Amino acid sequence: MAPVKVFGPAMSTNVARVLVCLEEVGAEYEVVNVDFDAGEHKRPEHLARNPFGQTPAFQDGELMLFESRAISRHVLRKYKTEEVNLLREGNLQESALVDVWLDVEAHQYNPAISPIIYQHYLIPMRGGTPDQKLISERMDLMKKLLDVYEARLSKFKYLAGDFASLADVSHFPYTYYFMATPYASVFDSYPSVKAWWESLMSRPAVQKVISQLPKQ
Amino acid sequence: MAPVKVFGPAMSAHAARILVCLEEVGAEYEVVNVDMQAKEHKSPEHLARNPFGQIPAFQDGDIVLFESRAIAKYVLRKYSKSAGVDLLREGDLKEAAMVDVWTEVEAHTYNPALSPVVYECLIYPAMRGVPTNQKVVEESLEKLKKVLDVYEARLSKHDYLAGDFLSFADLNHFPYTHYFMGTPHASLFDAYPHVKAWWERLAARPSVKKLSAGMPLKF
Repeated sequence: MAPVKVFGPAMSTNVARVLVCLEEVGAEYEVVNVDFDAGEHKRPEHLARNPFGQTPAFQDGELMLFESRAISRHVLRKYKTEEVNLLREGNLQESALVDVWLDVEAHQYNPAISPIIYQHYLIPMRGGTPDQKLISERMDLMKKLLDVYEARLSKFKYLAGDFASLADVSHFPYTYYFMATPYASVFDSYPSVKAWWESLMSRPAVQKVISQLPKQ
Repeated sequence: MAPVKVFGPAMSAHAARILVCLEEVGAEYEVVNVDMQAKEHKSPEHLARNPFGQIPAFQDGDIVLFESRAIAKYVLRKYSKSAGVDLLREGDLKEAAMVDVWTEVEAHTYNPALSPVVYECLIYPAMRGVPTNQKVVEESLEKLKKVLDVYEARLSKHDYLAGDFLSFADLNHFPYTHYFMGTPHASLFDAYPHVKAWWERLAARPSVKKLSAGMPLKF
């Protein structure tokens, strides 16, 4: 069977989300870079994979997919085993809780954290100055979210319950970059969240993806 | 079996996302209002259902959930077999993946372009007494046109977004698109004939017609 292909820069957060899932299930894959600076993402070849001109895109035989969380679901569904079941689709209650906390990641956590990553890393790369007011406002939102996460993770080892799931690993990419910013110390006030993050970081799949990221 | 409960105003677009799935599978349900004006969504009772203090929330016996798309999927998984409906296609890898892709597109691309028009033209003027911010509307419409270009191409190849079958991905578009059709910009869809035809197919579904009646376009 040919390895699946992930199209996009390996250092991209949304690409990394997919790569962690591929590592979790032990699937063979290839990362094919898409050169944004050269406008490759807007050219017909890439638009045929992702009509919105974004990354990642993904190919599994004849199946072409885009949207990192949809790709992740496909990977986890296709390659799931008794031991590695990060979606729990056979169990009504467990799968619902995975979906709940994955939606929390997508619709609450991500909008709070990603502007901080963007301001701190990408703006200076373009010669600009980070918008401290925006960062400060997003940090206030992060704290409110982390209050809820702390309450949840003081009751359960992982977000969906006492089992690791896509909901947890989906938090990895943006949080990893966040932890290298001066704002990372906010997690020190949330001991259960901090312990959860450290257990995510210790997962072999996460360590493997980190080892493949360009040095910051 | 007790009817499941959806907590939130029935006219809320996010609640409607769940209700349309409940209607499609013919499940018995009850809508329990949450009085946002009275800050009921921040009460301890509601926070126990949705720790982020938002609507909707959902209860099925001992199971309490929040996040409208997660709730809707739970409903579809639970009732689909007995209802003879398959809107998630989780038995087929390829079809399930396409449903997931276009569900994500609605959440991350379509809704962020379209919903500001709904908020500026309908919701904010009615709820906050503020005038429409035309700049936000114009920027959103420009984004929406680019999104609809992609939808037009997709829907000229397939009757529905995930393929030639109706799915959860299509139904997710109902609530906010319904409200968009009540703004002065509804005619934008006329420039996209396949998108318009797809929307009219959705709007004609008994489930959608029934819920639309409870979602007036004048606030």
